[in-house]
Amino acid sequence: MPEPVIPEHAVAEAVENALAAIRECETLSELKSARSAHAGENSPLAQLNSRLRDVPNDQKAASGKLVGQARARVNQAIAAREAELFEAEETARLAAEAVDVTAVPSRWTAGARHPLSLLMEHIGDVFVGMGWEIAEGPELEHEWFNFDALNTDADHPARSLQDTFFVDPADSQLVLRSQTSTVQIRSLLERELPVYVIAPGKVFRKDELDATHTPVFHQIEGIAIDRGLTMANLRGTLEHFARNMFGAEAKIRLRPNFFPFTEPSAEMDVWHPGAKGGARWVEWGGCGMVNRNVLRAAGVDPDEYQGFAFGMGVERTLQFRNELNDMRDMVEGDIRFSQQFGMVV
Amino acid sequence: MRVPISWLREYVDVPEDITAEGLQAALVKVGLEEESAYGFDVTGPVVVGQVLEYVDEPQSNGKTIRWCQVDVGDGEPRGIVCGAHNFHAGDKVVVSLPGAVLPGPFPISARKTYGHVSDGMIASVRELGIGEDHDGILRLAELGLDPEPGTDAIRLLGLDDWAVEVNVTTDRGYALSIRGIAREYSHATGAAFRDPAKHLPADDARTAVEETPVPVSVDDRSPIRGRVGCSIFVTRVVRDVDPSRPTPAWMVARLALAGIRSISLLVDITNYVMVELGQPIHGYDLDKLTGGITVRRATPGEKLTTLDDKERTLSPEDLLITDDSGPIGLAGVMGGATTEISDSTTNVLIEAASFDSVSIARTARRHKLPSEASRRFERGVDPAVAEPAAARVAQLLVELAGGTDTGAVYRVGEVPERESIFLPQGYVNGIIGADFADGEILNALTQIGAAVQPVDGGLTVTPPTWRPDLLDQADLAEEAARIVGYDRIPSVLPVAPPGRGLTREQRLRRAAANTLAAAGLTEVLAYPFVTTAANATFGTPDGSPAHAFTLVNPLDPTSPELRTSLVPGLIDIARRNLSRGFVDLRIFEAGVVYLRDPERRYGLATIPSGTAKPSDDELAALAEQIPQQPLRIGALFVGNTIERQPGQGAVPAGLSDALDAAHQVAFAVGAELRIRQGSHAALHPGRTAELLVDETRVGFAGELLPALAEEHDLPRVVAVVELDLGALIDLAPREVVPTPISGYPAATQDVSLVVDQAVPADDVLTALIDGAGELLEQAHLVDDYRGTGLPDGAKSLTFALRFRAPDRTLTAAEATETKLAGVAVAAERHGASLRD
Repeated sequence: MPEPVIPEHAVAEAVENALAAIRECETLSELKSARSAHAGENSPLAQLNSRLRDVPNDQKAASGKLVGQARARVNQAIAAREAELFEAEETARLAAEAVDVTAVPSRWTAGARHPLSLLMEHIGDVFVGMGWEIAEGPELEHEWFNFDALNTDADHPARSLQDTFFVDPADSQLVLRSQTSTVQIRSLLERELPVYVIAPGKVFRKDELDATHTPVFHQIEGIAIDRGLTMANLRGTLEHFARNMFGAEAKIRLRPNFFPFTEPSAEMDVWHPGAKGGARWVEWGGCGMVNRNVLRAAGVDPDEYQGFAFGMGVERTLQFRNELNDMRDMVEGDIRFSQQFGMVV
Repeated sequence: MRVPISWLREYVDVPEDITAEGLQAALVKVGLEEESAYGFDVTGPVVVGQVLEYVDEPQSNGKTIRWCQVDVGDGEPRGIVCGAHNFHAGDKVVVSLPGAVLPGPFPISARKTYGHVSDGMIASVRELGIGEDHDGILRLAELGLDPEPGTDAIRLLGLDDWAVEVNVTTDRGYALSIRGIAREYSHATGAAFRDPAKHLPADDARTAVEETPVPVSVDDRSPIRGRVGCSIFVTRVVRDVDPSRPTPAWMVARLALAGIRSISLLVDITNYVMVELGQPIHGYDLDKLTGGITVRRATPGEKLTTLDDKERTLSPEDLLITDDSGPIGLAGVMGGATTEISDSTTNVLIEAASFDSVSIARTARRHKLPSEASRRFERGVDPAVAEPAAARVAQLLVELAGGTDTGAVYRVGEVPERESIFLPQGYVNGIIGADFADGEILNALTQIGAAVQPVDGGLTVTPPTWRPDLLDQADLAEEAARIVGYDRIPSVLPVAPPGRGLTREQRLRRAAANTLAAAGLTEVLAYPFVTTAANATFGTPDGSPAHAFTLVNPLDPTSPELRTSLVPGLIDIARRNLSRGFVDLRIFEAGVVYLRDPERRYGLATIPSGTAKPSDDELAALAEQIPQQPLRIGALFVGNTIERQPGQGAVPAGLSDALDAAHQVAFAVGAELRIRQGSHAALHPGRTAELLVDETRVGFAGELLPALAEEHDLPRVVAVVELDLGALIDLAPREVVPTPISGYPAATQDVSLVVDQAVPADDVLTALIDGAGELLEQAHLVDDYRGTGLPDGAKSLTFALRFRAPDRTLTAAEATETKLAGVAVAAERHGASLRD
């Protein structure tokens, strides 16, 4: 029997050689050479394949199958080796790219909101959650809103230069508002009854800056005018507010006091369950039933509508809520102070 | 108001063992807030001693000390060194023995001094805390005392007394007296109250006007706000007093605890009665008065020398006490020097008057003379207590100063009748929200001294003379609740109607601040008080005069203006932080500035009354008076934006940070911000940007002029930005209308254009965008090249462009055609040419 055109042993040998060469490849570039040598155009298998046209017709199918399977084996081996080598090289690359994650350069700096701003927003949210609305008014205010409309007589001591900042000349009648109660009267003039509003804002009094005073500070003013509101509703509102600020055990104590714009008036203390050194009563602010004269000044019939108002200092609230000793930290703008809070108060 | 406990006990039953805290707790329940507590802080063996003999011993330091032998009642005399010389052998003095502690605290021990062991100390009034006098030691004879040696001097001098201080609110002037506080203590505890005004010796026989040596008339021709300045003027004469008698120790001690210094017996008595009854008393030396007394307003330019030896020029609004010689006192505020009681006074005219609170307040303020008297008149003095108070003074002048009460009482004016208030049934509980019984309300109002008459449908309540503050039913409701107890008010949460939540502006303001904080900026809150120079520099971008408001009464006279820009405040805070060792700083503030309209005259001819709603015209006039106060947001950057780190160099802060902050704020509120080359008097001429929305200027960004930075102790590069946040929010679209997203592939190309260096890159970009039309999806500047290969004064700007069609895949040719359309417009507008 004559030697076939494509001898089986030649195919086998080419395959053996190819597989051996592939096995020996250690890098993808070696594999590329091996591919060229054993699966490329001039490889032994390619040359064997090219002899197919000389194979007699009756053997063509068998020879074709023989060579085809051989080439497939070689290509599979290349692919498998390639995957292995790729994996190994990627692993090595990743290993080389490893960094100390605790020393990666940062492109971001931490900023911060001022805790007083955050606290005012938080308080606003508590009341908005009850259906109240946040109202505002100008800081530089006409005396009528700051005094006259708030039942503060022309000769009241608060109207003196000792307590309130006046714009020059004094007959400009403009003052830096000494209380957010100005927003009470504005809300009543501008809104439909009933009115339930909370007014956080900046206020000004002629106090020198020290550990417990600052000439520029912030207040939260609340006012509710409706039919039949009582001091019991005032206490209920303050207690709900206090629980949101100081925890579920917070409660409110009222003590008689005097303010021109409320009658009856009260000083409010809050039971602060989380106070450093143990739960205790803390003076929180002033409140009362809106004076009938204030309602009249805003065009509200005091026999039909009545309601309550309250006001407290935001600095003071932050001071005892977060155990701050010195108010100066809040106003000097030392970034270390705000940065302790970040975005959360 | 300071309340000595021994004094209080005279008019109300106070438990023997009460403490200062206990007393304060009782008073706070009725609205008298505690302030502090006072005592003499004298403890231990402090006894009466008698100086038996002494030797003067000159010392090498020039002083002469006395080596005294003092009998302190324990047998052997004690040797005590004393530096004072105002005593003689035989004098009784106060000796602090070893173990005693005097105020300071100053513990006494036996100590070696000037060659002796001093076995105690002879005390002065200052060392004992009962006076200021430190010229010598206290001789008990000066107080009219002659006790046995060894007597407990603490008790003897009333140094075991103590006081609490309570804050009396302005509506309750009657509580500026022991009488008022005793009444309030009784309200708080139910203890029995004895009104000192009703427990004076039986009324003396009244004499007629002719019999008084000093006729009085009130002649107020210009009452303030329609109120006559003096409504009651009671006088009384006590003759033949001995002005040299000492003030008794108990009175000195009580006055000291009440915060009043002992001056002389006659003056002390007037002060004592004022504190006891709340009625300011003035005592005149009868023999120094000329003719009768007239109460009148001052004439313009009139002068008076007051008791403090100051000559005061009077205002026609000042109410005066005058005699034939002219002014002799500022009514209710301070007496005059010419007629004052002195140590030669023997005949005393007592004045107990009621002056109008407004008149007194204005005078006290005008002359900066807040006195114990004016403080009481401003808050209202019980007009019915004038006569009893005069009687009490007379009584004390007789008892303590040996005077003779002539019994002559003269009064001008009547105690006004109080109008009654109708208190409808149910009103109190209707406003308090409590369940007070009718009887409780009636009792409470009766207790405070009101005359209460049950009538159909309610109560008729006539407030007592000492409560000018009780004017309407709400005042009575407070009194009822105060006496029954505020702790009886329940807690009921009201239900508000559904609200709108935060307004758009409120939400966006928060977003802007939160965005800057998240981007690494720290929020600060500066005071709005700035210097004139700061407003001139930063108030107007073009450096023209800033129209700022100046305060009449600034806290710091060097910063009298209200800010017209946030930048000065940021600079101040930056400087403070840098001085504390910070190098890299990124801070911002959101706050208002105050803009004065130079065209407007501020101030209305008449301020509307506060008792009724102003008319629409009045409200409109008020609204026009309110200055513009736009909300701004500003930021400042110094140092490095990114610090040096492993594998990364430092990135210094500069204009980029300021512009980024502007974009971050605009992003947060949904506005589209445009940047334009700008100028600002305070900023680097080549590094200043104008910030716009469409064509509206909304702010600026830039780097400070280096000279200005240096002037404020800041590094050379300081980037700042200020935006009108309110305007930005206003100009931002109310809603977003998104364009549909195309799923077709994009084509990207770069283009380099050569233009004159003076042409802003953004203008070229705008031209490209305008020319290319809708197929250009995105374009941005990637390079600005100047140098070799370009004509002088030219630059090459390279833009990366991305094209996309909504309905098909773009061919390269289409993309190029679109790009060239853009280039054509850039060429037309700015002379741009394609770079080869």
